[in-house]
Amino acid sequence: MIYLILFLTFAKIGLFSFGGGYAMLPFIQQEVVVQHHWLTNTDFIDIVAISQTTPGPIAINAATFVGYKVGGFWGSFAATSGIVVFPFILMLLMTRLYVSFRKHSIFQAGLSGIRPALLGLIAAAAVVLGKDSIVDLKSAIIFVVVLIMTMRFRINPVVVILLSGLAGYVIG
Amino acid sequence: MASRLKLSFSLFFSFLEIGAFTIGGGYAMLPLIQKEVIEKRKWMKTEDFLDGLALSQSLPGPIAVNIAAYTGYRIAGLIGSIAGVLGAVIPSFIAILLISMFLYQFHQQPLWNRIFIGIRPAVVALIAASLINIGQMSKLKWKVAWLPIIVFILIVFFNISPAWMVILALITGMIFMRNEQ
Repeated sequence: MIYLILFLTFAKIGLFSFGGGYAMLPFIQQEVVVQHHWLTNTDFIDIVAISQTTPGPIAINAATFVGYKVGGFWGSFAATSGIVVFPFILMLLMTRLYVSFRKHSIFQAGLSGIRPALLGLIAAAAVVLGKDSIVDLKSAIIFVVVLIMTMRFRINPVVVILLSGLAGYVIG
Repeated sequence: MASRLKLSFSLFFSFLEIGAFTIGGGYAMLPLIQKEVIEKRKWMKTEDFLDGLALSQSLPGPIAVNIAAYTGYRIAGLIGSIAGVLGAVIPSFIAILLISMFLYQFHQQPLWNRIFIGIRPAVVALIAASLINIGQMSKLKWKVAWLPIIVFILIVFFNISPAWMVILALITGMIFMRNEQ
Protein backbone atom coordinates (compact mmCIF):
# COMPACT_ATOMS: atom_id res chain seq x y z
CA MET A 1 0.00 0.00 0.00
CA ILE A 2 2.37 2.62 -1.31
CA TYR A 3 0.03 5.60 -0.72
CA LEU A 4 -0.27 4.76 2.96
CA ILE A 5 3.50 4.32 3.28
CA LEU A 6 4.08 7.67 1.58
CA PHE A 7 1.52 9.37 3.80
CA LEU A 8 2.95 7.90 7.02
CA THR A 9 6.58 8.53 6.04
CA PHE A 10 5.93 12.19 5.29
CA ALA A 11 3.73 12.51 8.39
CA LYS A 12 6.75 11.35 10.40
CA ILE A 13 8.97 13.90 8.64
CA GLY A 14 6.40 16.61 9.39
CA LEU A 15 6.23 15.62 13.05
CA PHE A 16 9.96 15.69 13.74
CA SER A 17 11.36 18.36 11.46
CA PHE A 18 11.84 21.52 13.48
CA GLY A 19 13.19 24.79 12.15
CA GLY A 20 11.60 25.00 8.68
CA GLY A 21 13.41 25.54 5.35
CA TYR A 22 16.85 23.94 5.06
CA ALA A 23 16.56 22.64 8.63
CA MET A 24 13.93 20.17 7.35
CA LEU A 25 16.32 18.66 4.79
CA PRO A 26 18.12 16.20 7.11
CA PHE A 27 14.77 14.70 8.15
CA ILE A 28 13.56 14.34 4.56
CA GLN A 29 16.92 12.92 3.48
CA GLN A 30 16.94 10.36 6.29
CA GLU A 31 13.56 8.93 5.31
CA VAL A 32 13.63 9.33 1.54
CA VAL A 33 17.27 8.42 0.80
CA VAL A 34 18.56 6.36 3.73
CA GLN A 35 15.42 4.60 4.95
CA HIS A 36 13.28 4.01 1.84
CA HIS A 37 15.79 4.44 -1.05
CA TRP A 38 13.23 6.38 -3.07
CA LEU A 39 15.95 8.81 -4.18
CA THR A 40 19.74 8.77 -4.38
CA ASN A 41 21.76 11.55 -2.77
CA THR A 42 22.23 13.23 -6.16
CA ASP A 43 18.49 12.99 -6.94
CA PHE A 44 17.92 14.59 -3.55
CA ILE A 45 20.25 17.52 -4.29
CA ASP A 46 18.57 17.98 -7.68
CA ILE A 47 15.18 18.28 -6.03
CA VAL A 48 16.55 20.78 -3.49
CA ALA A 49 17.85 22.83 -6.43
CA ILE A 50 14.50 22.59 -8.23
CA SER A 51 12.74 23.59 -4.97
CA GLN A 52 14.92 26.66 -4.73
CA THR A 53 13.81 27.84 -8.15
CA THR A 54 10.08 27.05 -7.83
CA PRO A 55 7.46 28.61 -5.55
CA GLY A 56 6.60 27.40 -2.08
CA PRO A 57 8.16 25.72 0.95
CA ILE A 58 11.03 23.29 0.23
CA ALA A 59 9.43 20.54 2.32
CA ILE A 60 6.21 20.71 0.31
CA ASN A 61 8.15 20.67 -2.95
CA ALA A 62 10.17 17.65 -1.84
CA ALA A 63 7.05 15.79 -0.68
CA THR A 64 5.23 16.42 -3.96
CA PHE A 65 8.26 15.38 -6.01
CA VAL A 66 9.02 12.18 -4.13
CA GLY A 67 5.33 11.28 -3.97
CA TYR A 68 4.99 11.65 -7.74
CA LYS A 69 8.13 9.66 -8.43
CA VAL A 70 7.03 6.80 -6.18
CA GLY A 71 3.27 6.75 -6.78
CA GLY A 72 2.18 9.18 -9.50
CA PHE A 73 -0.40 11.90 -8.83
CA TRP A 74 -2.04 10.18 -5.84
CA GLY A 75 1.40 9.44 -4.44
CA SER A 76 2.25 13.14 -4.50
CA PHE A 77 -1.14 13.91 -2.96
CA ALA A 78 -0.54 11.39 -0.14
CA ALA A 79 2.99 12.64 0.59
CA THR A 80 1.99 16.32 0.57
CA SER A 81 -1.01 15.70 2.84
CA GLY A 82 1.25 13.66 5.10
CA ILE A 83 3.83 16.38 5.61
CA VAL A 84 1.15 18.94 6.45
CA VAL A 85 -1.06 16.92 8.81
CA PHE A 86 0.86 16.99 12.12
CA PRO A 87 2.18 20.55 11.86
CA PHE A 88 -1.40 21.64 11.09
CA ILE A 89 -2.93 19.84 14.08
CA LEU A 90 -0.15 20.95 16.45
CA MET A 91 -0.43 24.57 15.29
CA LEU A 92 -4.19 24.54 15.93
CA LEU A 93 -3.77 23.09 19.42
CA MET A 94 -0.91 25.40 20.33
CA THR A 95 -2.60 28.50 18.95
CA ARG A 96 -5.36 27.85 21.46
CA LEU A 97 -2.85 27.38 24.28
CA TYR A 98 -0.02 29.60 23.14
CA VAL A 99 0.02 32.25 25.82
CA SER A 100 0.28 29.76 28.66
CA PHE A 101 2.62 27.36 26.86
CA ARG A 102 5.13 29.67 25.25
CA LYS A 103 6.25 31.05 28.59
CA HIS A 104 6.26 27.72 30.34
CA SER A 105 9.84 27.13 31.44
CA ILE A 106 10.05 23.41 30.65
CA PHE A 107 8.85 24.03 27.09
CA GLN A 108 11.35 26.86 26.69
CA ALA A 109 14.10 24.64 28.13
CA GLY A 110 13.28 21.87 25.65
CA LEU A 111 13.52 24.34 22.78
CA SER A 112 16.87 25.64 23.97
CA GLY A 113 18.10 22.08 23.53
CA ILE A 114 16.59 21.68 20.05
CA ARG A 115 17.94 24.95 18.60
CA PRO A 116 21.66 24.14 18.92
CA ALA A 117 21.02 20.51 17.93
CA LEU A 118 19.53 21.69 14.61
CA LEU A 119 22.92 23.13 13.67
CA GLY A 120 24.46 19.68 14.02
CA LEU A 121 21.66 18.17 11.94
CA ILE A 122 22.07 20.65 9.08
CA ALA A 123 25.86 20.30 9.16
CA ALA A 124 25.52 16.52 8.89
CA ALA A 125 23.18 16.87 5.89
CA ALA A 126 25.60 19.27 4.19
CA VAL A 127 28.52 16.86 4.67
CA VAL A 128 26.59 13.83 3.41
CA LEU A 129 25.34 15.70 0.33
CA GLY A 130 28.76 17.29 -0.20
CA LYS A 131 30.43 13.87 -0.45
CA ASP A 132 28.38 13.09 -3.55
CA SER A 133 28.45 16.49 -5.19
CA ILE A 134 31.86 18.02 -4.45
CA VAL A 135 33.86 15.41 -6.30
CA ASP A 136 36.60 17.27 -8.14
CA LEU A 137 38.41 20.61 -8.36
CA LYS A 138 35.70 22.24 -10.52
CA SER A 139 32.88 21.40 -8.14
CA ALA A 140 35.03 22.45 -5.15
CA ILE A 141 35.62 25.82 -6.82
CA ILE A 142 31.88 26.26 -7.44
CA PHE A 143 31.19 25.40 -3.79
CA VAL A 144 33.70 27.94 -2.46
CA VAL A 145 32.65 30.72 -4.86
CA VAL A 146 28.94 30.26 -4.11
CA LEU A 147 29.58 30.12 -0.36
CA ILE A 148 31.52 33.38 -0.46
CA MET A 149 29.03 35.10 -2.79
CA THR A 150 26.08 34.08 -0.62
CA MET A 151 27.72 35.05 2.67
CA ARG A 152 29.28 38.34 1.55
CA PHE A 153 26.83 39.67 -1.03
CA ARG A 154 23.53 37.99 -0.07
CA ILE A 155 22.82 36.98 -3.65
CA ASN A 156 19.38 35.50 -4.30
CA PRO A 157 19.44 31.65 -4.35
CA VAL A 158 17.54 31.61 -7.66
CA VAL A 159 20.32 33.62 -9.32
CA VAL A 160 22.95 31.40 -7.69
CA ILE A 161 21.35 28.23 -9.05
CA LEU A 162 20.87 29.64 -12.56
CA LEU A 163 24.48 30.87 -12.69
CA SER A 164 25.96 27.64 -11.35
CA GLY A 165 23.87 25.65 -13.85
CA LEU A 166 25.37 27.79 -16.59
CA ALA A 167 28.85 27.25 -15.11
CA GLY A 168 28.23 23.49 -15.08
CA TYR A 169 27.15 23.58 -18.72
CA VAL A 170 30.22 25.58 -19.78
CA ILE A 171 32.96 23.75 -17.85
CA GLY A 172 31.25 20.37 -17.25
CA MET B 1 -20.66 32.12 9.90
CA ALA B 2 -21.19 33.73 6.51
CA SER B 3 -18.52 36.29 7.29
CA ARG B 4 -16.16 33.50 8.38
CA LEU B 5 -16.65 31.80 5.03
CA LYS B 6 -16.02 35.06 3.22
CA LEU B 7 -12.91 35.67 5.32
CA SER B 8 -11.75 32.13 4.60
CA PHE B 9 -12.01 32.78 0.87
CA SER B 10 -9.88 35.90 1.22
CA LEU B 11 -7.41 33.94 3.34
CA PHE B 12 -7.20 31.23 0.71
CA PHE B 13 -6.48 33.69 -2.10
CA SER B 14 -4.04 35.73 -0.05
CA PHE B 15 -1.96 32.68 0.81
CA LEU B 16 -2.33 31.35 -2.72
CA GLU B 17 -0.81 34.56 -4.04
CA ILE B 18 1.98 34.48 -1.43
CA GLY B 19 2.65 30.81 -2.18
CA ALA B 20 2.74 31.39 -5.93
CA PHE B 21 5.11 34.34 -5.89
CA THR B 22 7.75 33.42 -3.34
CA ILE B 23 10.60 31.34 -4.54
CA GLY B 24 12.85 29.64 -2.02
CA GLY B 25 10.15 28.78 0.50
CA GLY B 26 9.88 29.19 4.26
CA TYR B 27 11.72 32.27 5.40
CA ALA B 28 11.53 33.89 1.96
CA MET B 29 7.74 33.92 2.36
CA LEU B 30 7.72 35.73 5.70
CA PRO B 31 8.07 39.34 4.51
CA LEU B 32 5.23 38.80 2.00
CA ILE B 33 2.98 37.20 4.60
CA GLN B 34 3.73 40.05 6.98
CA LYS B 35 2.92 42.65 4.33
CA GLU B 36 -0.33 40.99 3.27
CA VAL B 37 -1.62 40.02 6.71
CA ILE B 38 -0.62 43.09 8.74
CA GLU B 39 -0.31 46.01 6.35
CA LYS B 40 -2.71 45.31 3.50
CA ARG B 41 -5.54 43.28 5.05
CA LYS B 42 -4.97 44.47 8.63
CA TRP B 43 -5.97 41.02 9.87
CA MET B 44 -3.75 41.19 12.93
CA LYS B 45 -1.33 43.38 14.85
CA THR B 46 2.43 43.02 14.54
CA GLU B 47 2.71 41.53 18.06
CA ASP B 48 0.17 38.84 17.21
CA PHE B 49 2.05 38.03 14.03
CA LEU B 50 5.35 37.76 15.94
CA ASP B 51 3.72 35.44 18.47
CA GLY B 52 2.55 33.28 15.57
CA LEU B 53 6.04 33.34 14.09
CA ALA B 54 7.59 32.26 17.40
CA LEU B 55 5.06 29.46 17.63
CA SER B 56 5.71 28.41 14.01
CA GLN B 57 9.41 28.19 14.70
CA SER B 58 8.91 26.29 17.94
CA LEU B 59 6.77 23.59 16.38
CA PRO B 60 7.73 21.10 13.66
CA GLY B 61 6.77 21.57 10.00
CA PRO B 62 7.26 24.09 7.19
CA ILE B 63 7.20 27.68 8.53
CA ALA B 64 4.85 28.92 5.79
CA VAL B 65 2.32 26.17 6.50
CA ASN B 66 2.47 26.81 10.25
CA ILE B 67 2.01 30.55 9.91
CA ALA B 68 -0.88 30.05 7.46
CA ALA B 69 -2.59 27.72 9.95
CA TYR B 70 -2.02 30.26 12.74
CA THR B 71 -3.26 33.28 10.78
CA GLY B 72 -6.28 31.40 9.45
CA TYR B 73 -7.23 30.16 12.89
CA ARG B 74 -6.88 33.56 14.56
CA ILE B 75 -9.03 35.23 11.90
CA ALA B 76 -11.68 32.67 10.99
CA GLY B 77 -11.29 29.57 13.17
CA LEU B 78 -10.81 26.03 11.86
CA ILE B 79 -12.19 26.70 8.37
CA GLY B 80 -9.92 29.73 8.07
CA SER B 81 -6.85 27.70 8.98
CA ILE B 82 -7.74 25.03 6.41
CA ALA B 83 -8.20 27.75 3.78
CA GLY B 84 -4.86 29.37 4.64
CA VAL B 85 -2.90 26.10 4.54
CA LEU B 86 -4.48 25.00 1.25
CA GLY B 87 -3.60 28.38 -0.26
CA ALA B 88 0.02 28.12 0.92
CA VAL B 89 0.45 24.54 -0.34
CA ILE B 90 -1.36 24.45 -3.70
CA PRO B 91 1.01 26.61 -5.84
CA SER B 92 4.04 24.60 -4.77
CA PHE B 93 2.18 21.32 -5.28
CA ILE B 94 1.14 22.25 -8.84
CA ALA B 95 4.55 23.64 -9.80
CA ILE B 96 6.41 20.49 -8.72
CA LEU B 97 3.77 18.22 -10.22
CA LEU B 98 4.24 19.89 -13.61
CA ILE B 99 8.03 19.65 -13.32
CA SER B 100 7.83 15.98 -12.32
CA MET B 101 5.50 15.18 -15.20
CA PHE B 102 7.28 17.05 -17.98
CA LEU B 103 10.80 18.12 -17.03
CA TYR B 104 12.21 15.38 -14.85
CA GLN B 105 12.10 12.79 -17.63
CA PHE B 106 15.14 14.59 -19.03
CA HIS B 107 17.20 13.94 -15.93
CA GLN B 108 19.14 11.08 -17.52
CA GLN B 109 20.12 13.28 -20.46
CA PRO B 110 23.75 14.43 -20.64
CA LEU B 111 22.62 18.08 -20.86
CA TRP B 112 20.72 17.82 -17.55
CA ASN B 113 23.77 16.21 -16.00
CA ARG B 114 26.17 18.89 -17.15
CA ILE B 115 23.92 21.63 -15.78
CA PHE B 116 23.37 19.84 -12.48
CA ILE B 117 27.07 19.07 -12.03
CA GLY B 118 27.39 22.83 -11.60
CA ILE B 119 24.26 23.20 -9.50
CA ARG B 120 24.87 20.42 -6.95
CA PRO B 121 27.93 21.93 -5.22
CA ALA B 122 26.12 25.29 -5.27
CA VAL B 123 23.19 23.76 -3.36
CA VAL B 124 25.59 22.37 -0.76
CA ALA B 125 27.12 25.86 -0.49
CA LEU B 126 23.64 27.37 0.00
CA ILE B 127 22.96 24.88 2.80
CA ALA B 128 26.35 25.65 4.37
CA ALA B 129 25.65 29.39 4.14
CA SER B 130 22.27 28.96 5.82
CA LEU B 131 23.95 26.89 8.52
CA ILE B 132 26.40 29.73 9.23
CA ASN B 133 23.55 32.28 9.14
CA ILE B 134 21.35 30.32 11.54
CA GLY B 135 24.38 29.79 13.78
CA GLN B 136 25.06 33.52 13.92
CA MET B 137 21.41 34.47 14.38
CA SER B 138 20.77 31.99 17.15
CA LYS B 139 23.65 33.49 19.20
CA LEU B 140 24.74 30.04 20.20
CA LYS B 141 26.69 30.05 23.45
CA TRP B 142 30.00 28.17 23.56
CA LYS B 143 28.91 26.14 26.52
CA VAL B 144 26.19 24.43 24.48
CA ALA B 145 28.45 23.88 21.44
CA TRP B 146 28.95 20.25 22.47
CA LEU B 147 25.34 19.49 21.59
CA PRO B 148 25.48 20.14 17.80
CA ILE B 149 28.92 18.45 17.69
CA ILE B 150 27.57 15.28 19.31
CA VAL B 151 24.51 15.35 17.03
CA PHE B 152 26.77 15.74 13.99
CA ILE B 153 28.99 12.81 15.01
CA LEU B 154 26.05 10.52 15.84
CA ILE B 155 24.45 11.15 12.44
CA VAL B 156 27.48 11.14 10.15
CA PHE B 157 29.41 8.29 11.77
CA PHE B 158 26.73 6.23 13.48
CA ASN B 159 23.77 6.73 11.09
CA ILE B 160 21.35 7.59 13.87
CA SER B 161 18.03 9.02 12.72
CA PRO B 162 17.50 12.81 13.04
CA ALA B 163 14.15 12.09 14.77
CA TRP B 164 16.04 10.51 17.70
CA MET B 165 18.30 13.55 17.79
CA VAL B 166 15.27 15.83 18.22
CA ILE B 167 13.99 13.75 21.15
CA LEU B 168 17.49 13.61 22.67
CA ALA B 169 17.92 17.39 22.30
CA LEU B 170 14.47 18.06 23.77
CA ILE B 171 15.20 15.96 26.86
CA THR B 172 18.74 17.38 27.16
CA GLY B 173 17.26 20.89 27.07
CA MET B 174 14.66 20.07 29.70
CA ILE B 175 17.26 18.59 32.07
CA PHE B 176 20.30 20.83 31.56
CA MET B 177 18.99 24.14 30.25
CA ARG B 178 16.17 25.02 32.63
CA ASN B 179 18.10 27.99 34.00
CA GLU B 180 19.19 29.33 30.58
CA GLN B 181 16.33 31.81 30.13
